[in-house]
Amino acid sequence: MRNAVAWSGLAASLIFVAVAIGVSASQRLALEREMVVAVARSLVQLLLVGVALLAVVDDDTPLVWSWLWVIVIVFFAGATVARRVPAMPGMLWLAVGANAAVAAVSLAIVYGFDIFPLSGRTLVPVAGMTIGNSLKSGVVGATRVAEIAGDHRAEIEARLALGLPGREALRPFLRSALRTAISPQIENTAGLGIVFLPGAMTGLILAGVSPMAAVRTQLALMYVILAGVAITTIAIVLGAARLIMTPDDRLLPVARRMY
Amino acid sequence: MSPLFSFEGLTVSGAGRQRLGDLTGTIPDRGITVIVGPSGAGKSTLLRCCNRLDAPTAGSVRFRGDDVAVLDPRAHRRRVGMVFQAPVAFPGTVLDNLRVADSGITAERAEDLLARVHLDAAMITRDAGTLSGGEAQRMVLARCLVTGPEVLLLDEPTSALDAPATRRLEMLARELADDGLPQVWVSHDLDQLRRLADHVVVLIDGRWAWSGDPGADNAPASVATFLEDS
Repeated sequence: MRNAVAWSGLAASLIFVAVAIGVSASQRLALEREMVVAVARSLVQLLLVGVALLAVVDDDTPLVWSWLWVIVIVFFAGATVARRVPAMPGMLWLAVGANAAVAAVSLAIVYGFDIFPLSGRTLVPVAGMTIGNSLKSGVVGATRVAEIAGDHRAEIEARLALGLPGREALRPFLRSALRTAISPQIENTAGLGIVFLPGAMTGLILAGVSPMAAVRTQLALMYVILAGVAITTIAIVLGAARLIMTPDDRLLPVARRMY
Repeated sequence: MSPLFSFEGLTVSGAGRQRLGDLTGTIPDRGITVIVGPSGAGKSTLLRCCNRLDAPTAGSVRFRGDDVAVLDPRAHRRRVGMVFQAPVAFPGTVLDNLRVADSGITAERAEDLLARVHLDAAMITRDAGTLSGGEAQRMVLARCLVTGPEVLLLDEPTSALDAPATRRLEMLARELADDGLPQVWVSHDLDQLRRLADHVVVLIDGRWAWSGDPGADNAPASVATFLEDS
């Protein structure tokens, strides 16, 4: 019976998505196809993940499978960022490297300081939370750099023509790209408990953990996520800035993905 | 004396087409050289190669005998000032704009440079975004002069200006040329060529079709036809 209710809830949420698609179509935002693909992918992916998680969280399953899963998450996140900026061929390895480094540091903090016990049950969800949030801001940051290279080409080249280094010519725009990409996570953290109700904390309390311990765990996770988002995005945006400049400080033509 | 710029087999390709093809020629180190040609002839690309904002696919560009490809690009760009078609005012005041070229520029020197381009010294504190098109283009020129360039490249600098502002910029260019600052103008306006040019280069289909004095009558038929029809 509980399952039947869950599936009907899922169906209801899809009706809401259909409304959003209708609004997009009426406003000619051309987001309909992407929304349908995103919904379909998330449905298939999460159902598969649910099945796979059943195996991974089993105490008898070796931890190496969870680590392999984390590696897949890192590569998938890097590939997603790179796909958004196809005119930056080096972006795949840049984004994979940034995500891998941040995942390594985040997991070292989470497990080194015993925020969670290292187990198959915690590893994949914690890595997914950290990298998932970094993925969103990384995509925004990389896309903004591609947009900047097109929209502000005249101003950037006017600065280059004065003999400024490429990084200096891009600096005012990179600042705005970074703010756009990282601000939502800062707002999320600032609104914690008021606007944004943290799932991990609720889950822990429901599982019988004391509220203060649950709060400490949630805060530690949020701080790790915030730092991870900031560091990944800075690495991706500054790396993207290098990818759109030649070594002799010429701005390359960057065809950005049109929505 | 070495030419100001010399081009040897210069080819620039990109975005699926050739913008300059095996172009060879020289620009003299004096006065104002005006580059003309039909749309898509490669005039702007040639100018951008001189400033190294574009790089040759093949061939070479030499500046006063030195291969531009081996010069430090930033130092080279400070020697070869460039003014673009649309004046680009950076955020902030006129002084802020001049400080992009030299962060240590004094207000006194900035005022001198404004005077040199016939702008009121009081404009130094004005928001650059409020300047008219003609004022903005002269401010851009002053910003170029901050680096003490040895030559100015101007890519259709009057195409966004009205007739009086165009005349003022042309007079200013002539004064600077007479003071010993050579210039290379790209223009699509043959009347402007007649008013301004000490030397003419005609590009057609990415190739060096002809160069010479504006009054010369030795241009090949294709160039003469272009100059008469335009």
